[in-house]
Amino acid sequence: MRSLIAGTGSYAPAKILTNADIEKLVDTSDQWIVERTGIRQRHVAAPEEATSDLALAAARRALESAKLDPADVEMIVVGTVTPDYQFPSVAAVVQGKLGNKKAFAFDLTAACAGSLYALSIADRFVSTGAVKNALVIGADALTRITDWTDRNTCILFGDGAGAMVLRPTDEPGRGVLTTRLHTDGSLVSILLMPGGGSRDPLSQKVLDERSHFVKMNGREVFKVAVRALVESCREVLAAEGLTPADVKHVIAHQANKRILDATLERLEIPASRCWMNLEKYGNTSAASVPMTLDEANRAGWFQPGDPILMMAIGGGMAWGASIVRW
Amino acid sequence: MSANIEQKVKNIIADQLGVGEDEIKITSSFIEDLGADSLDIVELVMAMEEEFEVEIPDEEAENIKTVQDAVNYITTHKK
Repeated sequence: MRSLIAGTGSYAPAKILTNADIEKLVDTSDQWIVERTGIRQRHVAAPEEATSDLALAAARRALESAKLDPADVEMIVVGTVTPDYQFPSVAAVVQGKLGNKKAFAFDLTAACAGSLYALSIADRFVSTGAVKNALVIGADALTRITDWTDRNTCILFGDGAGAMVLRPTDEPGRGVLTTRLHTDGSLVSILLMPGGGSRDPLSQKVLDERSHFVKMNGREVFKVAVRALVESCREVLAAEGLTPADVKHVIAHQANKRILDATLERLEIPASRCWMNLEKYGNTSAASVPMTLDEANRAGWFQPGDPILMMAIGGGMAWGASIVRW
Repeated sequence: MSANIEQKVKNIIADQLGVGEDEIKITSSFIEDLGADSLDIVELVMAMEEEFEVEIPDEEAENIKTVQDAVNYITTHKK
């Protein structure tokens, strides 16, 4: 038995911030941003919208597309680094608002790799028969932890949510085949939000140092990302006896166009096989993979049985790749 | 050996930056003369690390601004 992605959904908040809008905040230009990132605009959550609101909207769309009654969901996992509260989880809030009583619900932190981690965990429960229906969500409101005075990072991030419904299948040649996850904790310092946690609780000092915002060493992240993604993709392809030429579609965390171009070039997979939407949404962290999957799915990109390579990397550094047959 | 390194470095630069090898002088600056941006330099550093099996830490990479800088670094650090 395997788990099948039986439905997808996504949600992006209504407000759009273009590169021209960002030119008014920091010293940058549309051309500079597009050349280095591929991003043209991003969506920003309204002041009253929290991560769970984004997650809930994406979840409802995924449930609808899987024709699944919210009451029947047995497991909810949310990958996020911007929860509504320090605790409890976004997943608990979503469960409550769905009116579901059956599911156990929790969040996990793997930054931009969060939804791939969540997919991998939910897959273990579904493919072993422990649960029949799982809701996997990636949701983040990164603009809430973005330093709008830092021209190196504020151009990158956007808000959104994506969701997938997993259910068991015995159909041969379909389902989540292999997922491999990795972490290198020696790289914690190259991408993190240092302030506001138990290391350095919220204080005037944290506010003055602006350490309650994302800090990133972009050059190091770029290097690690390309190498880790390439290695990880090769690992899952080898596990399934596939070559890059066999990959029909790529769904990748939309971190930066240059990172993805470099990764695909090294893998020798044509860029045209990778669904790109970061020009519209920016880097939406854990939301990125399921949002991209949903957009490609609704555009009719996948046929049953198509081999899809999924990949993501984020702070930790935490990363992974997956082979799914649609 | 240094001439060999210089040629390989020029090949990498031509490939990564999409410029003709005849445009690449030993004194060329990646950014000012060859039109590279900061991410091109990260990719150049990665390609050189892989070709010559050296590690170029970020703080060292910041000082590599010209073809000569790259050749010097590799000549000194190559095993």
